[in-house]
Amino acid sequence: MSKDTPVVAHTISVLVANEPGILARVVGLFSGRGYNIESLTVAETDAKQSLSRITIVTKGTPMIIEQIKAQLARLVPVYRVRDLTVEGPHIERELALVKVRSTGDKRVEALRLADVFRAKVIDAKADSFVFEVTGSSDKVQTFVGLMETLGLVDVGRTGIVAMSRGGEPL
Amino acid sequence: MKPEESATTGADLLVKALIDEDVEVVFGYPGGAVLPIYDSLFKQNRLRHILVRHEQAAVHAAEGYARSTGKVGVVLVTSGPGATNAVTGLTDALMDSIPIVCLTGQVPTHLIGNDAFQEADTTGITRPCTKHNYLVKAVDALARTVHEAFYVARSGRPGPVVIDLPKDVLMNKHDYTAPPKVAFEHKSYRPQTKPDPKKIAQALEMIIHAKRPVFYAGGGVINSGPKASKLLTQLVHLTGYPITNTLMGLGSFPASDKQFLGMLGMHGTYEANLAMHGCDVMINIGARFDDRITGNLTMFSPGSKKIHVDIDPSSINKNVRVDLAVVGDATLVLEELIKGWKAKQPKVDQKALKAWWAQIETWRARDCLAYKSDKQTIKPQFALERLYHHIKNRDHYITTEVGQHQMWAAQFLKFEQPNRWMTSGGLGTMGYGFPAAVGVQIAHPDALVIDVAGEASILMNIQELSTVAQYRLPVKIFILNNQYMGMVRQWQELLHGSRYSESYMESLPDFVKLAEAFGAKGLRCHEPSKLDDTIKEMIALPHPVIVDVVVDQKENCFPMIPSGAAHNEMLLGPDDKAGKLSDEGMALV
Repeated sequence: MSKDTPVVAHTISVLVANEPGILARVVGLFSGRGYNIESLTVAETDAKQSLSRITIVTKGTPMIIEQIKAQLARLVPVYRVRDLTVEGPHIERELALVKVRSTGDKRVEALRLADVFRAKVIDAKADSFVFEVTGSSDKVQTFVGLMETLGLVDVGRTGIVAMSRGGEPL
Repeated sequence: MKPEESATTGADLLVKALIDEDVEVVFGYPGGAVLPIYDSLFKQNRLRHILVRHEQAAVHAAEGYARSTGKVGVVLVTSGPGATNAVTGLTDALMDSIPIVCLTGQVPTHLIGNDAFQEADTTGITRPCTKHNYLVKAVDALARTVHEAFYVARSGRPGPVVIDLPKDVLMNKHDYTAPPKVAFEHKSYRPQTKPDPKKIAQALEMIIHAKRPVFYAGGGVINSGPKASKLLTQLVHLTGYPITNTLMGLGSFPASDKQFLGMLGMHGTYEANLAMHGCDVMINIGARFDDRITGNLTMFSPGSKKIHVDIDPSSINKNVRVDLAVVGDATLVLEELIKGWKAKQPKVDQKALKAWWAQIETWRARDCLAYKSDKQTIKPQFALERLYHHIKNRDHYITTEVGQHQMWAAQFLKFEQPNRWMTSGGLGTMGYGFPAAVGVQIAHPDALVIDVAGEASILMNIQELSTVAQYRLPVKIFILNNQYMGMVRQWQELLHGSRYSESYMESLPDFVKLAEAFGAKGLRCHEPSKLDDTIKEMIALPHPVIVDVVVDQKENCFPMIPSGAAHNEMLLGPDDKAGKLSDEGMALV
């Protein structure tokens, strides 16, 4: 495979049976075959049928991405694999909790910026806030970057969840 | 699925489930965690248990059994070391797509995670080396899991499946669940076996309009069942095109047929590799463009359009980008191709085909497998030629270990039928051949089963002499003894200035006495003139036999495509010098 084919990030949704070890199978596949994981989220999405949805952002040449999808689809407990990046328009969201400790002007500025980014205050003490910010990874990253000079002490990010636009299910 | 029987223990219903899956033989080794299963085995006489002497050998024996019968091979080992010893065999089965169900004991559920005696995280360890694995946490899931495991192991691209069985689950009681009467339908796993008719039509167009075609068929044809080999032969005859086989595919097309070019790849024939290099349409059926086949990828068959038929979509475009992918089972694909061909009655370009065959005949005329014969010492190639001469009219099965002898066996023994050739292709497991031969002999008690071995490889599972002694299996071990790890030495010669670091086998046993120690018969042969008699004696003896054939120490395996080189850069013999290998080539295995 050619070395100069472009490496592109792809967002892949995987519908799996929610059974013990399924995440290890998916993650083990990536580490065992040397693929990248940029972001990974997983949670049960259908309790009745016991299904989980895994959203993976990965990078690779087109040939590698094709391999990743085929390898994922080959796992016995995997129902469906969809490459949202190539299968039409889609939306991506990430959530972050951002803890800022500051007083005086910095505290006021942090709150003002949170407002601009439509971040919610979900915890407040005399010298600290915890903000909840949602949006594209870029937006979350920008917000976290701005907080760095304003007393940022802690960040937790969910990683990306994604969905195709329009009425079709996965 | 309704409970059909009154409550029984997990171990009893496991045995019942195995019987319902048409299992006749289990290869295994007992231990604490599987004692309930061994007790259930003791109380019945439908299932035969073969006691091996090491768990790795249990898996290889099951592989030999599976590959020579087309059935699922079954393994039973205990927890901890029993399971970890099986890992090499499982990986081997995964690489070569062999259907295996491996039952592993486990500590009772309440002890899992406590570092209990003989506890290992078996599902964790075997996750990357199985097609799928299960930990059965409750007895009510046991029978269903067994049925599902057999389905997963044998369907689609076959492979090994592990079922980890905690001891309390084996002792708890529950009703039995029979296997589904209709075809098993898994909720998420649905391998595609029927090809897309559009792809078949496109494939036919490409095949019909080829000027320099070559069929390249692999283990997928064998795994699809004997019918696939018949269909392949039929299609190749209909077209009049040349065909080559991978190491795994040998026997899928009769080796004596004039359209057969021999094996391709690193130690394949000149004509097969140059046909691959120079073809304009390549028809890959059930092979996976393995690195042993392709050599240097950037120079692999540069001018051809490639059709790839495979049951596993992940094999397609993995190493080589192909022009047409046909996902499906080889039997079904070949049926459709033959049907399409017959319906069209196509006129292929006979002039081009004739010219192509003329070109191939000039390559064939190089006689790339020729070697310098010797009156004093036995050449390994000569030994195999003589062996083949004496076995070709008998019902025989061949297994091999890994190394030079394996490649010579692939070159010099001719396979006319599928399921007769058992070798470790993907993983390259030294120590595979002898236990595999045990499995083959169990499945075919009256056949002549020969493990072509090297003196290094055979020592890796030599303990199985005890197994053949116990079951009086007349397995023949044909050792080409050059007192070197021959393939290692060959590479050191080629790549590392003949510095034979650790590749000399010091302190080899006396194989004749070794055989005798286990109640087998040992034969030794030094002289080419006595070889025929030795082979005849080996065949005539109704016992297990080790034949220690003392061969030329320095002989190397040719033709050879050096690592990093292309198909048209083959070394044909010891007088061919490899050009300076690139650093990239040096780093390849």
